[in-house]
Amino acid sequence: MAKIKYVEHNGKEHIVEVQNGLTVMEGAVQNDIPGIDADCGGGMSCATCHVYVKEDWYDKLPKKEMGEDDMLDQAYEPNSKSRLSCQIMVSDDLEGLTVHMPEKQV
Amino acid sequence: MIKTDVVIVGAGPTGLFCAHQLGIIGLKCEIVDNLDKIGGQCIELYPDKPIYDIPAVPECTGEELTNNLIEQIKPFNFNFHLNDRVQELTNENDNWIVKTTSGKKFQTPNVVIAGGVGSFEPRKFPTKSAEKFDGTSVLYSIKDKTIFKDKSVAIFGGGDSALDWAIELSNTSKVSLIHRRDEFRGSPSSVQKIKELSKKNIINLYTKYSIKDVKGNGSLEEVEIKNEDGESKILKVDYVLGFFGLIMQLGPIVEWGLNLDKKTIPVNTENFETNKKGIFAIGDICTYPGKLKLILSGFHEGALAARGCFKYARPDEKYRFEFTTASNTIKDRLGVK
Repeated sequence: MAKIKYVEHNGKEHIVEVQNGLTVMEGAVQNDIPGIDADCGGGMSCATCHVYVKEDWYDKLPKKEMGEDDMLDQAYEPNSKSRLSCQIMVSDDLEGLTVHMPEKQV
Repeated sequence: MIKTDVVIVGAGPTGLFCAHQLGIIGLKCEIVDNLDKIGGQCIELYPDKPIYDIPAVPECTGEELTNNLIEQIKPFNFNFHLNDRVQELTNENDNWIVKTTSGKKFQTPNVVIAGGVGSFEPRKFPTKSAEKFDGTSVLYSIKDKTIFKDKSVAIFGGGDSALDWAIELSNTSKVSLIHRRDEFRGSPSSVQKIKELSKKNIINLYTKYSIKDVKGNGSLEEVEIKNEDGESKILKVDYVLGFFGLIMQLGPIVEWGLNLDKKTIPVNTENFETNKKGIFAIGDICTYPGKLKLILSGFHEGALAARGCFKYARPDEKYRFEFTTASNTIKDRLGVK
């Protein structure tokens, strides 16, 4: 279990407890947090669960696996701190993680 | 006007299997899809990715699954209307009049929406200023490559479409290729070729850059690109091309008067009818308590929706359940002995 903070593009914050084993994307969808569409449902094939992770946390997260960067090429305004939230698995280590949403997903 | 028993919106696995079930029970259908090929997400998003949860098929790719489904409905000779999108549904007596973007019209008592997460459309530039030139000098696909002859073209993207067009157009145009990172997801041979062309100064390659602005008085004159450190460059160009893959948009479906729950359509689980009589929704686009977005669930939903369609297509007949193993009528329909 980890407390995760989702920050909408307009600055609105949502802090929710997400169970271990779920993804950061699922944590948002299950708690009706706006800003993460997740059209493909977690298949790493749509780039609509794109989030930005600030420096301090970005380096602590498990590294991107093959294909994530390819998908991020197609996201809305990706940068070097972009991740697909469906690829970040929640564990106790992620307590306090903050993710920022882009202006939009498509 | 094409008269039919059912119009299926979407040629993904769910729509295809629903067509099969309609054929088995003796109904006709027409299938419309926005993509230029059959298969929906399976063929557009993951043709090569293996799927492991199709009953009795331990492993198959999206493309194999699609090909098998096409094979399975061959005996029925249903028509596909590809590269076309259902735009409008209007009610006329006991029928729906279905109009498509290309101007086709269908008259049918049943519409089955098997639209996945919506129709695929090219992902566009985030810059507002690009909208002004959309379709004239800011383009997301190429229909006629001769328009670029002797022109300056900026191509954005790192996949095969971007790389292939950069290589192709560099023969007759001045090409700049811009990509947000150093690595490309296009095929290694294309990446190699791009690097060679860049070394020979035939292509100007800008990596770690993305679009900032497009400018022009009347017609497009320049594109400004930026990197993450905030540095920007201005390129004089006649055309800007973006190849960022496809996104899914619900599109006109939201205007058909159906109940919606976020991006999905609530249905009853008896026959997958929506709040409108004769309009059914199956597959990823439908929702009900316990809904699973699995292909196998889409198959089940399609089978039941097909029976729901029978009631309106053949109001004077009683539907009789039959097994394909035992029914001679079904074997006739399948053209087997």
